[in-house]
Amino acid sequence: MAASLKSWKELPIGGVVPGGATPELNKTGSWRAERPIWDQEKCIQCLQCWLHCPDDSIRINGQKVTGVDYDYCKGCGVCATVCPVDAIGMVPEREGTCAK
Amino acid sequence: MRKVMTGHKAVAEAMRQIEPDVVAVYPITPQSEIAEYYAEYVHDGIVHTELVPVESEHSAMSACVGAAAAGARVMTATASQGLALMVEVLYIAASMRLPIVMALANRALSGPINIHCDHSDAYLARDSGAIQIFCESAQEAYDYMLMAQRVAEHDEVRLPAIVNLDGFTLTHSSQVVEPLPDGVAKKFVGNYKPFYPLLDVDHPATWGPFAMPDYYFELKRAQAAAMEKVPAAFLEVQKHYSKISGRRYAGFVEGYKLDDAERALVVMGSTAGTAKAAVDQLRAKGEKVGLLKVWLFRPFPGKEIAAALAHVERVAVLDRALSFGAMGALYCDLAAAFVHAVHRPTFVNYIYGLGGRDTTVDQLVQVFAELKDAHPDEGLRYIGLRE
Repeated sequence: MAASLKSWKELPIGGVVPGGATPELNKTGSWRAERPIWDQEKCIQCLQCWLHCPDDSIRINGQKVTGVDYDYCKGCGVCATVCPVDAIGMVPEREGTCAK
Repeated sequence: MRKVMTGHKAVAEAMRQIEPDVVAVYPITPQSEIAEYYAEYVHDGIVHTELVPVESEHSAMSACVGAAAAGARVMTATASQGLALMVEVLYIAASMRLPIVMALANRALSGPINIHCDHSDAYLARDSGAIQIFCESAQEAYDYMLMAQRVAEHDEVRLPAIVNLDGFTLTHSSQVVEPLPDGVAKKFVGNYKPFYPLLDVDHPATWGPFAMPDYYFELKRAQAAAMEKVPAAFLEVQKHYSKISGRRYAGFVEGYKLDDAERALVVMGSTAGTAKAAVDQLRAKGEKVGLLKVWLFRPFPGKEIAAALAHVERVAVLDRALSFGAMGALYCDLAAAFVHAVHRPTFVNYIYGLGGRDTTVDQLVQVFAELKDAHPDEGLRYIGLRE
């Protein structure tokens, strides 16, 4: 086990994690089996993907989509389903971002 | 002031004096009157408790967990199948270190369905992580409800606690009980300061997080450490309670004419009273017999029991539930307590009183007689069973 893991004597009572917004500390993108690929050329900036993402993984700058946050995206595919112009496609994770 | 009341009423009186913030409860025989009395207190404005009349015991314990994590002082009560429904969530309450105190009106588990007393429900929750106390009388049930609150809420403990009282035998029969004056009881119980209460929105915290193989083991070890703190807290609370009540509570077990006993019974719950009558009857004839009554079942006070029985030659351990495929649970704990002892009494394991079967003084006198020539490794024996 890594040395950074705490001993049982150092844990807060009942496994409580003090402090808020703790999901940010736990990057869950590795759960993903399929990866959404966003096509900037096709995107009409309707923000439907950002609205529907059950995590917080569609990156925006102001009111413009800039991409997907792969640190937290779990690959559910909701964004690809709701996109009215097929600007988001799902590819198997093992193929990653490799161009075809 | 001494009063005549049922075990139900004695438990409800203790709850009224504790006046928890939340009671989530579902009625089940033989516990129902506890819930009914408490609902009356709430309705009549005698207590200011949020009573949650849930639709099942699984929900009762779930509501208790939520309320306790929010920072409330929480109580409930159940029996038999109700506890079986609660057990899934009871394990979680213990792992979250929530000091939920509950009365358990001991009743046999189905099937076949039965409403009368045995300890199969308590044994089902044996490994849940809850503290378990067994009571001989309505007085003890009242006293231990108050004491359990303090032990459960002790800063180094923070674990759920179950106060066991035998269904019908204790819950429904009227006995003399001397409750503490309200002010004295309330002062004894004191205020409760929760750790990381969810309602403290200025200090957010995550409760009940997922724990993977890298932390689950450490969290369970920390939980075990909390259980290890119970004995010292228990003795400290007993000492305080004895002082304010004038009743003597000192130790995890109570010996009765045990000091010079050659043969002894070990028993939990109301049958201890029956056993005392059997001991008295045989003592009058000059026989050196005694009783060890176990108050604290979880954590199990093995060392203290081994010390209390070290001089005894033959011991009958009475379990009021079958642990199918094994010896009785109390017997196994006792046997483990003696495994390193130089002097080991001869132990015999009796199963008694399943599904409310009466256990009489005569039967226990007979057990003492059988003990005279008992041999180890005889397997289970049964009291009052038609062969």
